[in-house]
Order: sequence, then structure tokens, then C-alpha cells
Amino acid sequence: MGARKYIKDIWGAVKSLATGMKRTMYYFFHHKEIITQEYPDNRDTLILPERFKGEVVMPHDEKNEHRCTGCQACELACPNGTIKVITKFDMIDGKKKKAIDKLVYHLELCTMCNLCIEACPSDAIKMAQTFEHSVFDRNKLIKVLNNPGSKIMEGVE
Amino acid sequence: MWSFSEIANSMHEWLSKTFNPTWTLIIEMVIAGVAVIGLFAVLGLVLVIMERKVSAWMQIRLGPNRVGPKGMLQSLADTIKLIVKEGMTPAGADKILFNLAPFIAMIVAMLLLAPIAFAKDFQLWDLNIGVLYVAAVSSIMVISILMAGWASNNKYSLLGAMRSGAQIVSYELSAGLSILAIVVLTGSLQVSDIVHSQADGWWIFKGHIPAIIAFITFIIAVTAETNRAPFDLAEAESELTAGFHTEYSGMKFALFFLAEYVNVFIVCAIGATLFLGGWMPLHIGNWTGFNHAMDWIPSSIWFFGKTFFLIFVIMWFRWTFPRLRIDQLLNLEWKYLLPISMINLLIVTAIAILKWHF
Repeated sequence: MGARKYIKDIWGAVKSLATGMKRTMYYFFHHKEIITQEYPDNRDTLILPERFKGEVVMPHDEKNEHRCTGCQACELACPNGTIKVITKFDMIDGKKKKAIDKLVYHLELCTMCNLCIEACPSDAIKMAQTFEHSVFDRNKLIKVLNNPGSKIMEGVE
Repeated sequence: MWSFSEIANSMHEWLSKTFNPTWTLIIEMVIAGVAVIGLFAVLGLVLVIMERKVSAWMQIRLGPNRVGPKGMLQSLADTIKLIVKEGMTPAGADKILFNLAPFIAMIVAMLLLAPIAFAKDFQLWDLNIGVLYVAAVSSIMVISILMAGWASNNKYSLLGAMRSGAQIVSYELSAGLSILAIVVLTGSLQVSDIVHSQADGWWIFKGHIPAIIAFITFIIAVTAETNRAPFDLAEAESELTAGFHTEYSGMKFALFFLAEYVNVFIVCAIGATLFLGGWMPLHIGNWTGFNHAMDWIPSSIWFFGKTFFLIFVIMWFRWTFPRLRIDQLLNLEWKYLLPISMINLLIVTAIAILKWHF
């Protein structure tokens, strides 16, 4: 180890440690940066981070239409069998067309890993930010994501 | 204006008038002991809440905010909880050593308090080898840690204790060498002499860059000696659960916990005494007006202010830096701190001989 490298090492160490200390000192004096949410107290004004994931939902538009084609990509992507897609066949113009009957979602098994949302080719499902999921009966955690009587949106293949 | 030394003197006069000399001495010793225990209790409470608040704010958290105003009584509540808890001794442990270890940790901390000057003329024992005494007694600390680790009959405890042994033995060298730098400049080991030698400016200002380097090595070495992050390998809660005090609970754990904080206070007090002038107000050379203005602030406030500033710096280290590995730890000491402080000591000696310091 040359003397040059030795001194360079010391200088680099001092510089990088000083950078870290500057950052923590900034946080120490800037209390507005605090990200802790005092949850039960500020339940009404809670600010959740953008990427917080609470449960899987399927958005419907005002005509009670969703974007799910029943391709089962989410079911295959799920690592722990949370999603079950039950398909049916609609008769449109005398032709059989695949559609979903029920998209069953087991919230009690879900780890919020986001793989189903990434796998979905038609952006039919997304993560909601609701998180107060406690119930007294575990059967209430088994949810059907598509609304009763809903149809697939026009133009989604 | 009242001061600690006046209170102590008037107490001594009253006691000598009322009792014979032997009883006066005994009563004074008891008062000093009670005062030390009281200081420990207060320090434990204050430093724990300070650490928790500082850590929270540095990590963008809120910290304790439920017990008392702004959470300031949290450490009191924790202490009550620890007193109420059962102090268990594991079945396979060496009972005598296991129960003795926390008390040794506390006794070492109490012994270290003796030569510290808390205010002007207010010191328990101004012995003529004060700094040497501190350096010598602080190494007994490792005995209590090794004792706790060995007696627990637990692999985590033993590993933590062994790491702590390696760490304290090596870091004592650079701590000692940086203390020596100031001893060389002062020419005395007595704490009161060292403080009085800084009447016209603190050593960190008077001793040029070598004094600053000595100060930095001292702070790094004492952080390692008190087993605090980034050198907390003896505890290393993510690898060794709690290291040497894994098996301790209740008040015995609390004694270790308290000893850690009291040790931090003591090393910071020594750092403040050696480098920042102890209770000596900020004096600059011959600026009599400025020096008089600074003298208005009581000496105890100067001492505690400097000490708590250093404690804050050490907490700042703890909540900024990640923990070192054992090989990195020993590399830092033997390859960097030790050579640097040895060369530094040489330069300081040259400065002292040639009288280059102010």
C-alpha cells in the first residue's frame, strides 16, 4: 500500500463520513421532514406514500364495465394462490367469447407483492390504499373483485 | 453568586464545627457517595431520553411522545418497568460471576468519576496522576464485559465479550496516545493543572492542527471503548441479539445499560477537560473584556455544556454510521489511528519543546 493511497483512503473516508453526518444533521434540525404518521390520531388526514399497497381491486367505470378479459395471467403470476379466475363463455353474434364469471381474491393469503398487477396485460386490476382489513369472520376476506352483472369494456381484448 | 465549591466549603465548615474530624470525613464520604449515585440516576434518565429523541430526529421519526410532556418522562417509565421485572439467572450460568458482572461495570464507572472537575474548585479527588488514573481504571471495564459474557454460558454472550476484549485492548492505545498529546503540552497529569493551563485558551485552539487530530482520534477511540455504534460489536443486536448482556434481565440489565451511558458521560467529560478546557470559560489570549464577559457564565454550566456537546457528537456518530466488521475495526485501529496518533504525538512533543503553542 503506497503512501499516496493511504492518505487518499483517509481523505475519502473523512469526506464520505462528513457527507453522512451533514445529512443526519439536516434531518435533526428539519422536523418537517418527519415521515411518521400518528395513525389512529390523524385517521382523517392520513397521508399515505404513493407506493403503499393495501389490497387488490378491479376498477369499474360508470357503466359497470371492467377491463378484465379472463386471461388468467394474474392467477399464474401469483406466488401463493391468492387469485382464482372463474371463466364463462358469452355468446356474442353466435360466436363463443371467453369472459370472467368471477375473479376470486383471497385477501388473507395476499402478501401485496404486486406481481399480479405487473402481469395483467390489460390493466384490469390495481392496488388500493385501504388497509383496515380486520374482520371477525375470515370468510369475509374472500372477495369477488368484479361487480355483479358487470361486463367487459368495449375494445379491450 | 452561589457555586458548587461554596456549597461544599460551607458544608465542610459546618460539619467540622459540629463533629470531630473522623466523623466529618465519614459523613463527607457518605454525602459524596449519595451525590454520585444521584448523578448516575439523573444521567441515566436524561441521556436515555436524549438518545431516543436525537436518534428519532436524525432518522426522520418522532420518537417517544406519549409519556409526560413531549414524551420526556419515557425513561422514567422504562426505569420503573425494569425495576419491577424479575432479574433471572440462567440455570447453566456461573452464578457468582453472572451476578457480580453488572456491579463491577457500575463500580468502574463510579471510580472514574473521582478525578473529574465538575466546576471551579469542585472535584472529588484531585490526585496528582488524575489522567493516568482514568486511563488505568477505564480498562477494568473490559473485565466486567468478559465476566458477563463468560458467565452467561451462551454463545452470543461469549462472542460479544471476546469482540469487546479485542476492541477495548486495541483502542486503548490510541486513546492513551491522544491523551498523552495534551499531557505533553501541559506537562502535568493532574486534572486541575490541565484545566488551569487552559486559562488563556483551550488546547484544541492553542495546540494547532496536532491538537485537533488528537481530539478526533480521542473521540473515535472513546466511542470504540464505550462500545457504541459504529463500534458496538460487543452488542451488535442484529448479529448477536444483545451480545454480552443477552442473558441479563431486570435491574441487572439496567445496570449495564446505565453503565454504558455513564461511561459515555465520563469519556466526554474527560475529552472536555483535556481539549475543551473543562470548567474553564472560553478565554481568548489577552482580550480582558471578552474574558470577563465569559466569566459571568458559571463554571458548572461551561463544564456540562461542553460535555453534553461531546455526548451529542457521539450520538450523532451512532445514528449516522453503519457498524464496522471486526476486521475493519482492527484495521482502523492498527493501520490508521495508531500510526497517525504516534506521529501526531511526535509533532506535539516538538511543538511543546520549541514552545510553538500559544
